[in-house]
Order: sequence, then C-alpha cells, then structure tokens
Amino acid sequence: MAVTTADVQPRPSFLSRVAESRGLLSFGFMLPTVVLLLVFLTYPLGLGVWLGFTDARIGRPGVFIGLENYEYLWDDSVFWLSVFNTLLYTVSASILKFALGLWLALLLNENLPFKSFFRAVVLLPWVVPTVLSAIAFWWIYDSQFSILSWALMQMGLIDHNINFLGDPQNARASVIAANVWRGIPFVAITLLAGLQTIPQSLYEAATLDGAGRWQLFRYVTLPLLTPIIAITMTFSVLFTFTDFQLIYVLTRGGPVNATHLMATLSFQRGISGGQLGEGAAIAVAMIPFLLGAILFSYFGLQRRRWQQGGGD
Amino acid sequence: MRFTRRDVIRTGAGAAAAGAIGNRLLGTPAFAQDAPKYTPEKGAKLRLLRWSPFVQGDETAWLALTKKFTDATGVEVRVDKESWEDIRPKAAVAANVGSGPDLMFVWFDDPFQYPDKLLDVTDLGDYLGKKYGGWHEGPKTYATKDGKFIGLPLATIGNAIVYRESWVKEAGFSEFPKDTDSFLDLCKAVQAKGHPAGFTHGHGVGDGNNYAHWLLWSHGGKMVDENSKVVINSPETMKAIEYAQALYKTFIPGTESWLDVNNNRAFLAGELSVIANGISAYETARINKDKDPKLAEMAKDIRTASLPIGPIGKAVELYQVTSAVIFNYTPYPNAAKAYLQFMFEEPQMSEWVKGSSGYCCQTLKAYDDNPIWKADPNYAPYAKASATLRNNGYAGPLGYASAATMADYVLVDMFAKAVTGRATPQEAMEEAEKRANRYYRV
Repeated sequence: MAVTTADVQPRPSFLSRVAESRGLLSFGFMLPTVVLLLVFLTYPLGLGVWLGFTDARIGRPGVFIGLENYEYLWDDSVFWLSVFNTLLYTVSASILKFALGLWLALLLNENLPFKSFFRAVVLLPWVVPTVLSAIAFWWIYDSQFSILSWALMQMGLIDHNINFLGDPQNARASVIAANVWRGIPFVAITLLAGLQTIPQSLYEAATLDGAGRWQLFRYVTLPLLTPIIAITMTFSVLFTFTDFQLIYVLTRGGPVNATHLMATLSFQRGISGGQLGEGAAIAVAMIPFLLGAILFSYFGLQRRRWQQGGGD
Repeated sequence: MRFTRRDVIRTGAGAAAAGAIGNRLLGTPAFAQDAPKYTPEKGAKLRLLRWSPFVQGDETAWLALTKKFTDATGVEVRVDKESWEDIRPKAAVAANVGSGPDLMFVWFDDPFQYPDKLLDVTDLGDYLGKKYGGWHEGPKTYATKDGKFIGLPLATIGNAIVYRESWVKEAGFSEFPKDTDSFLDLCKAVQAKGHPAGFTHGHGVGDGNNYAHWLLWSHGGKMVDENSKVVINSPETMKAIEYAQALYKTFIPGTESWLDVNNNRAFLAGELSVIANGISAYETARINKDKDPKLAEMAKDIRTASLPIGPIGKAVELYQVTSAVIFNYTPYPNAAKAYLQFMFEEPQMSEWVKGSSGYCCQTLKAYDDNPIWKADPNYAPYAKASATLRNNGYAGPLGYASAATMADYVLVDMFAKAVTGRATPQEAMEEAEKRANRYYRV
C-alpha cells in the first residue's frame, strides 16, 4: 500500500515552533525592554513610593510610618512654596517655550538661505550640557558682574546693577528665562519636523479656496500639528516640572526658598539633609502633578474634533 | 587653648611626643614602638575620596605623603576628588549601598548620619590623641559618638575676616574692630567711602552658614538647648537679627543671592572692602597665577582678622570641619587604618598642614605650633579655628536633626528673611522655630 508523503511530515522542532509563534517571538523581543523598565523604572519608582511611607534616613533603612511624612509636608510652608514655584515655573516656561518654539519652527520652515546652518545653530542651547549653560547664566545674572546690568548701565538706562537672583520676583523670572532659553530648541525642532509632514497640497487647496495666511495657519497647520504639539509639550512639561540642575547651580533654591522647586527641595531634604523618607515623599508628591499634565495633553490636546478643524 | 611642653608631659605618651616633636626627628619611622600595629592585608589597595582642594598646596602635599606611604608599605592608594558639596551625597550613597571608596573625607555631621557603617577607629584616635597632646574638642565632637571614634578629625577650615587695609584705614579705623558694635561702625564707614562690606545671606553651604551662626552665637542665641529643645525664638536671637538688619544695610546689593564663591569673586575684583572667608581668598591674590599686577598690588593690601566678638564676650564660630572616615565594608580595614595612622603622624601631618598654607587647621594640639601659622601674618587668625570651634546644633548633640536643620538652611533663611524685610524679626524667628521643630520632632 502506497503511503503519501503528506501523511508523514516530520514534526516541527521546538525551535522552529518558537520561531513561528508570534506570541512567543513578540515576548522575546519585548523581554529586554521589559527587564530594563522593571529594573530601572518600576523598581526605583516603587522604592521611592515605599520610602515616602517610611522614616528612612541616610544609613538607616527606616520603618513604615504611614502618611506621617505627608502630614509633615502638609503643614510645611517651604514645601507649599516649592509647589507654587514649581507650578509657576512649569506653566510660565512651558507657555513661553511653546509660543517661541512654534514661532521659530514656522520661521525655520520657510525657505531661508543657509537653512541647514540655522537649524543646526538653533539646537545649540539644547546640546550644551545644562550645567554649563547654567554656569553661563550664573555669570549673566551675577549681582556684581552681570553683563546685562553692565550693558544697560553703559547705555545709561539704569544706574545700578540689577539684583537678578537676590529679589524673589526677579529670581523667579531669571530662572524661568534661563529654562526657556534652554528648552526652545527641543520644541522648535520637534515642531519643525511636524510641520514638514504637512502635505503642500493642503496649503495649495486652501489657498485656491481663498484662505489667508492666518486661516492657513489656523485651519491647516495647527490642526495637523496638534498631535505633535501634544507629544512635544507633554515632554517639555515633564522636563520643566522635574528641572533640577538649573536651579541648583543658579540659586540653590534661594533667595529665601523663592526658587526652590519640588525636585531641588526633595534633594535638599533627602540627600543633603539625610531625611530620605521626607525627600522621597516630596518626589512622590510630584507624581499627581505629572500625571495631570500627561492626562491633560492626551485627553485635552488630542481631541479629534479639534484636530479636524472643529470647535470645542 | 595652647599646647605647651608641660601639657605634653602630662599625657601618657608625653615623653615620646616631646621627643618626636620637640626635637623634630624627621627621620623617625612613622610607626613608633608604642603605636598600634596594623599590618595591611595581602594585596591591599585603597581608594580615598576627598573634597577638591581649595588651596593647591593641600592636595600636592597629601598626594606626595600618600606616595610616601605607598613606598613604605606597598599599599597602593588611589585618591579621587569631588566638589566639596558633592561629598555628602556621595558618602551617603556609599554608606547606604555598602560599596565605594574605602576612605572618605566627609564634612560636618556626616559621620553621625551613618555611624554604624563606619569602622570604629577608637584605638587609633586614642593613640594619636595621647601621643600628640590631645584632640581639639570641637573637631573631636564631629568624629566621636558615645565615646568612640567613628572617624578621625582631620581639619578645621578656618573662617576669618579678610579686608583691604587701605580702605579700612581710609574709613578712619587704624586697626580692625574687635567687637560687633565697632564692626558695624566700620561697615557704615566703608560703605560711605564706596567700598562696602558683603556677607553671604544666600544658600552658600559654607559662607552662608558660617555668617548666620556667627550672628546668632555672638549674641547668645542658639538653635536648641542641651536637651535638644528648640530655643531659637528668644530675646538673644532677636538682638542678633536686629544687628544683622543694621549690618545688611551697609552691604553691597545682592548678598541674599550669594553662594559660596560670590564673596571671593567680588572681593578679588575690588568691589568689596570686607568679607569673611577661608584663607583661599587671600591665597588666590598672593599666588596670583596669572601674574596680574592689579592682583599683586591687592595682595599687599589684604589683611585678615578674627571675626568680631559679640555681647557674649568670646569668640564662637561654626567653621567647616572635615573628618577622615573608613567605611566598614572595606576589605582592607588594616591597610586603611595604617594609612590614616601614617598620615596623622609626625612629620606627615605637619607637612600637610604646612602645605595647606593655613587653609586646613590641625586637630591635634601638638601641631598648633606649626611654622605655617607664623609664615605670614595673614595666616594667624586661622590658627585658632579648631580651638574656637563650636559644633553645629549647639547646645544640643550632633545627629540627624542638627544636620537636617543646617542642610535646610533654617538659620540662613531666618536672617535673610528678616534683613530683606520679607518678614519681621519676630515672624522670621517663629518660622525658624517651626522649621527646626520639624527636625527635632516636637
């Protein structure tokens, strides 16, 4: 009796079954990322949250004390000042970075001579390490040797040095300005990338329909750019909210805590002061604000109707 | 307190020390006969993490002496350095994770943050104390807990008035004022002449804290009493704040934003007549790396003096104190102890203090007569740093609360708030009291 070859096909080997299994293969590819995220993100985050519920100090593990750290912070005027400073810093700097970054992106999107050169130059503030740019700003804002004060005095506009970092209002404005200077390139270049994905034909069609420059921007550019704006601004807000280096170099939270952000206060209390639990609690207190910012950008800025040119 | 020959003889090992120091037997082996013997472990290698030097001579001397130790014992020592403000977090991380340098130079109450992670060096501390006329009490407080040495007091970084003699004379003062009232008069006078004074009211870890503590203590105020009860809200503190307010009016604008380097910078640029600083401000001008003729001229005009004495009638100051600690995770505890023993012995310690050009003040009394203190009249005010030092968190014990209160700039902010008019003296005191109470857990 003849036996057809189809009936005796060899059983696939284990390896080839694994190679052909989409589920297992996907899992294998994801594994390195999952491990990295678990080790470097989930574990530290979990540890930070746990430390916030303990009285851990440097050199001592600490015991669970429930919400005591948070209760202390609730009554702590410096903590609330740092919350206010962080919100002011984040909101002001983000708005300015967005407005100026978008403006710069629109300019760079035009057909300028030496376009590539300008695009590269714009990235410089972003490329320079934060600590270096912070040190440059430290000199710019120096109470005795500020180049700004010197220039204004030479022009006869002021008769004494500006107290950039000594006066609370000036200090807040100064650190925000430094952050904006540093953050603009990120916003500008990312939005520029978004602008270049908008098909030229849409502008041509709108122009044929009689749209002006403002209408082109409002009804073509902006709606199509919104998804990238949402992502860019989410990142920008996160970077700004968690800023540390700039403040640490420029003012170390002074004068009289007027520029202390939650991140710098967390470091000051947790590491310099040795109160790891309290420092962790301050850092954990940042999470709701960060989540709020993310949710706002996802559910607020990414609304489909708005993106498609509709009203709210 | 001065160390005399009679004091030496009173101590147990007086005779040995008198021989070693008095006769300057530089060729004497560092490991004297009665010294504890630490035999370095086989294949021992050490790593020391220290703060970046403020005076180059300090590092040069330390490295040369370390090489001497390596030549004598075969133990290789790698010396790394970090900015002085980064030492605290680095030490904290090393202590917490149980890995890192074998030895570290740490600041202030750092050893009290993780005492159980540090190697007990009581045998070495007692031996050195006996041999070298005893430890100065202030720095010893920072390195001993419950009668045990958890580190060796390495040095006190003195702080003194640094001023321009010609401008002080021009303001009508033939010598630098010794009390707080005439000091205020001087500051008013130099301001009127266009050469104001400037003291740090910002978050400068060293200068900010030194100035704030001098203001408080010289007027009899204190953060806590002997039982760690917060007593900052007091008539003495009020007097200190009022004095600070009067003084602040004479300062160059912007001192509330100053960090540690601002006063040096403004002083060396000729903007200020009077600051308080370590010897580094004067040394920068004296050494004058760039051969700047203006700076050379300035160096000749710079003088130093002890900070004026306040109503309490005696000199009491904070100063920066550094201790050498060995982490108990080190696989080479004997090598580490042998290294410290070697460095603290004559002639090594003498050479190091000398090399530091007055920046690092000795902690062992036998080294009080180091020739460096007479090498330049400007070094003299820094010679007594270890003797007039008062510990942080006075009059309470050192510990988590004192460290955290200082790290949170409670005192610095109290004065800054009041002098800049953002709070009344009473409000500033009450806020400081509330903030300190959080750490002293009331």
